[in-house]
Amino acid sequence: MNLQFVVDGLLTGSMIGLGAIGVTLTYSILRFSNFAHGDFMAWGTYATLAVVGAISAMFGKVSPIGSLSFGWPLIVALVVGMAFTGLLALLLDMVLFARLRRQGQAIIVVMASFGASMALRSLLEFIFTSRPTYFSRAIQIAMPLGFGVRITPDQIALLLLAAVLVVSVHLIMTRTQTGRAMQALSQNAALARVIGIDVAKVVRVTWIIGGALACVAGVMIGILIQIRPFMGFDMLLPMFAAAILGGIGSVPGAVLGGLIIGLAEASAVQLIGAEWRAAVSFIILMVVLFVRPIGLFGFRER
Amino acid sequence: MSEPVLAVRDLEAGYEPGVPIVRGASITVNKGEIVVVLGPNGAGKSSLIKAVAGLVPISRGAVLFDGKDITAAPAHTMVHRGLAFVPQTENVFPLMSVEDNLKVACGILKSRESPARIAEIYATFPDLERQRKTAAGNLSGGQRQMLAVARALIVHPKVLVLDEPSAGLSPKFVAMVFEMLSAIRKSGVTILLVEQNAKAALAIGDRAYVLVEGKERHEGVAAELWNDPVVAELYLGQRPKSAGKAVPFGKGSAA
Amino acid sequence: MIDLVGYGAFFLTTALIFSLITLGLNLQWGLTGLFNVGLAGFVAIGAYTSALLTTPDDPARLGGLDLPILIGWLGAMVVGGLAAALTGIATLRLRSDYLAITTFGVAVVVQLVALNAQKLTGGPFGIGFIPRPFGGLAETPLLFNLSNLAIVSAVTLAAYLALEHLSRSPWGRVLKALREDERAAISLGKSARFYRVQAFAVGGAIMALAGALQAHFIGFIAPDNYLPMLTFQVWVMLIVGGSGSNTGAVAGSVLVWAIWAGSGALTSVLFSPEQQARAAAPQIVAIGVMLCVILLVRPSGLFGDRPRRVRTTRPSGTTAPESSGS
Repeated sequence: MNLQFVVDGLLTGSMIGLGAIGVTLTYSILRFSNFAHGDFMAWGTYATLAVVGAISAMFGKVSPIGSLSFGWPLIVALVVGMAFTGLLALLLDMVLFARLRRQGQAIIVVMASFGASMALRSLLEFIFTSRPTYFSRAIQIAMPLGFGVRITPDQIALLLLAAVLVVSVHLIMTRTQTGRAMQALSQNAALARVIGIDVAKVVRVTWIIGGALACVAGVMIGILIQIRPFMGFDMLLPMFAAAILGGIGSVPGAVLGGLIIGLAEASAVQLIGAEWRAAVSFIILMVVLFVRPIGLFGFRER
Repeated sequence: MSEPVLAVRDLEAGYEPGVPIVRGASITVNKGEIVVVLGPNGAGKSSLIKAVAGLVPISRGAVLFDGKDITAAPAHTMVHRGLAFVPQTENVFPLMSVEDNLKVACGILKSRESPARIAEIYATFPDLERQRKTAAGNLSGGQRQMLAVARALIVHPKVLVLDEPSAGLSPKFVAMVFEMLSAIRKSGVTILLVEQNAKAALAIGDRAYVLVEGKERHEGVAAELWNDPVVAELYLGQRPKSAGKAVPFGKGSAA
Repeated sequence: MIDLVGYGAFFLTTALIFSLITLGLNLQWGLTGLFNVGLAGFVAIGAYTSALLTTPDDPARLGGLDLPILIGWLGAMVVGGLAAALTGIATLRLRSDYLAITTFGVAVVVQLVALNAQKLTGGPFGIGFIPRPFGGLAETPLLFNLSNLAIVSAVTLAAYLALEHLSRSPWGRVLKALREDERAAISLGKSARFYRVQAFAVGGAIMALAGALQAHFIGFIAPDNYLPMLTFQVWVMLIVGGSGSNTGAVAGSVLVWAIWAGSGALTSVLFSPEQQARAAAPQIVAIGVMLCVILLVRPSGLFGDRPRRVRTTRPSGTTAPESSGS
C-alpha cells in the first residue's frame, strides 16, 4: 500500500477535525446537532473568496508567498472570512436557534438547523451558481518526502495552520476563564449559572469559535480541492462522525476523531475506490454507536 | 444581629406555570445567623431556595437581598450580589480538576486576585489542596461537598445558601460538614440551610422554619424546636390530617 | 379540459405519494418523537427493492426477478422496515440527536450505493422498465392517470386509516407518552425502546412503500430522485400540516406540493433552461425560511395536535440551553 494515504489522510483529517470542533462545542454547550455547520464552512469559503477578489481588484495581482499558491491577500481574506463566519453563526443563533431553545425542545432546534442548512446552501447556489471555483488554478509541484510520499508547499502550510489552530483552541479551553466557563457549561448548565457564568456570553463565544474554524476548514478544502456550495454539506457526516468518535464535548477528541476518519477515508480511497469514500464515516459512526457511544474521550451524560 | 439580609415575602414558585410548589412562603434571614428550613419530603424546601437563587421561576411574591429586590434576577447575577448557592447533588463539575472547579468560580473576581483567593481557600481546606489535580468526579461524597462549599465561598458571599449539604454522606462526613458550616458562620458569612437531618442542623442553627406544602407553618429558635411537639407533628407530616387535631398548630404557625 | 383533468390527476397522484411519505414521518416524528433526517434513504430503499423484484431480467444488472407488482411493494415494505428497525436499534438507547445523525448517514450511504453499485442499482442511470400498474392503459393517458390516482389514493387512504387507528390504540398512547418524556423513554429500558423501534420500523416501511408506489407510477428511478432535498420537502410538508396529525400530514403534503409545483412551473416559464437551476435556488431558500418561520411562529402547523410546550416564565433573559441533560 502506498504511504501517500498518510499525507492525504492527515489533510482530510485536519479539515474534518477543524469542522468537528465546532460541531462538538455546539453539541456540548448548546445541546443540539447543528446541521447547518457544513454550510458555515461553505459560506466562510465564499466570503474569503469574495474578499480575495476585492483585494485583487484594489491592489492588482499580488505574487504568491514563496512556493505557495497564494499571497498575503488570501491570508487577510481568511481572517475576514473567519470573522464573517463567526458573525453569521451568531446571527443565525439570534434570529433562529436562541428563540427555539427558549421553547425548550432541543430536537426542534436540530430541525431548524436542517431547514437553515437548506436555505443557506441554496442561497449560495443562487449567488455563486453551483459551478465549482478555485482560489488559484496554478498547479503546484509536489515535493518527494521519500517512501513514495509527496507533499505540496500548500499542504505543508495548511497542516501547520491546522495544528496551530487546534493547539490554540485547546489552550483557550483549558487555560482561560472563558474556556473553563465553556467546559463548566457543557458539564452542568444549571451549576454554571449558579456560580455566575453568563450563559449568553459563553454561547456567543462558542458560535464565534465554531464559525471561525469552519471557515478555515472550508478554505483548506477550497485551496486543496475546490469551492462548491455543497462543499460543507458533504463534510457533515464525517464531522458528526468525528465528533461522536472523539467523544462529544472534547476538542482533542474531535481532532483525533477527524484524523482517524481522514486516514480511514484516504486508505479506503486507495483500497476500494474514491467513490465509496463517504461510506467510511458512516461505518465508523455505526461501530462507535454500537461499541462505545460515548466515544474515545467522552463521558456519560447525566 | 437582627438586621435582615435576606427576606422572602409571600413567595409562589414552581417549574410549570399554574403548578406552584412553593405556595406563599415567607422567611427572613438576619445577618450572621444560621437559619434552617425543615420540612417533610416534597414540602418545597428545595424549590424555595432554588427560587431564591434564580433557578426556579417565581410567579408571585418577592425576594429581598440586602434591601434590594432580586426577585427573578438571572441566576448568574446572584453571586455578584453576594448570594452563593450550593445545590444538593451534581454540585461540582465532574470532569474538571479540583483546582479548575475553584478557578472557574473566580470569574467575578479580578483576575489578579484569584490566585491569592485560591491559596486562602486551600489554607482553609487543606484536603482540597492535596487533591487539586484530581477530577472532581473522582472525589468522595464528603470531599465533593467540601469542594462545592469552598467554591461558593471563593467570591466572599454575604449569604451562603445550601440545599441539604449532608444528603447521602456517611455519619462521619455529616459531622464534618456541620462543623465546617459552623466555622464558616464564625467567619462572618450568613447561612440559609435546607436539611433533612433536622437534629444536626438544629444543633448548629439559630432559627428554623418548618415548611409544609410550600408554606412555612412554624418558626422558632433552633435549639427549642427539636423538642417542640408542633414540629414533630408537622415534620412527621405523613400522619392523616384528621389525626392532627390534637395539636393546635394553627396557633404556632408563623404569621 | 381533458388535459387539465389529466394534469390534475398527475398532480394529485404525486401529492398523495408525498402524503404517504409524510404519514410515515408523522408516525415517527409526530407520534413518537423520532427525528428522521434521512427519510429519502428509506424511500429510495423501497423504490429500488420493488424495482429489483419486479423488473424483467436484465443481463447488466442483478435482480430483475419479474415478480408481480404487489410482491414488489410488499418486499419494499419489508426491506424498508428492516432498515429502519436496524437504525432504531443502533440509536434509540441514545439521545435523539444520534438518531438524527445516523438517519442522515443512512441517506448518504443509500445514495452512494444507488450511484456506485452499478450491478445492483444501475448506477447513475438508475433502473428503467419498472412495470406500471395498468400499463396497458398507457395509450390513453387520461385513463392511465386516473387509474394510477385511484390506486395511490386507495393505498394512502388505507395507510391513513390504519395510522389513525394505531394512534388511538393503546400502542399509540404509549408512543405519545414516550414522546413527551425522552429521558423516561431512554431510562425505561428495553420495553420502551422496543415500542419506539416498532414505530420507527413501521414508519420506514410506509416510506419505502411510497418509494415503491412512485417507482411504479413513473416507471423509472435514478439516484437523483432521493437527494436530501426530498427529505427536506417532506419535513416541510409535515411541519406545515402539523406534526402529530395524520390529516395535517396529508393536507400539508398537498399544499406544499402545490406551492412547489406551482413555483417550479413559474420558473420554467420565466427563465431560460440554462438559468433554471439557478432560478430554482430561491425557491428552496424560501421554503427553508418558511420551515424556520413556522417552527418559530406556529410550531403546531395547520392541524398539529402536539401541544406547544408551555414556556416556563424563566426568571431571566438568559439564553440558557435547556435540555434533557441539564
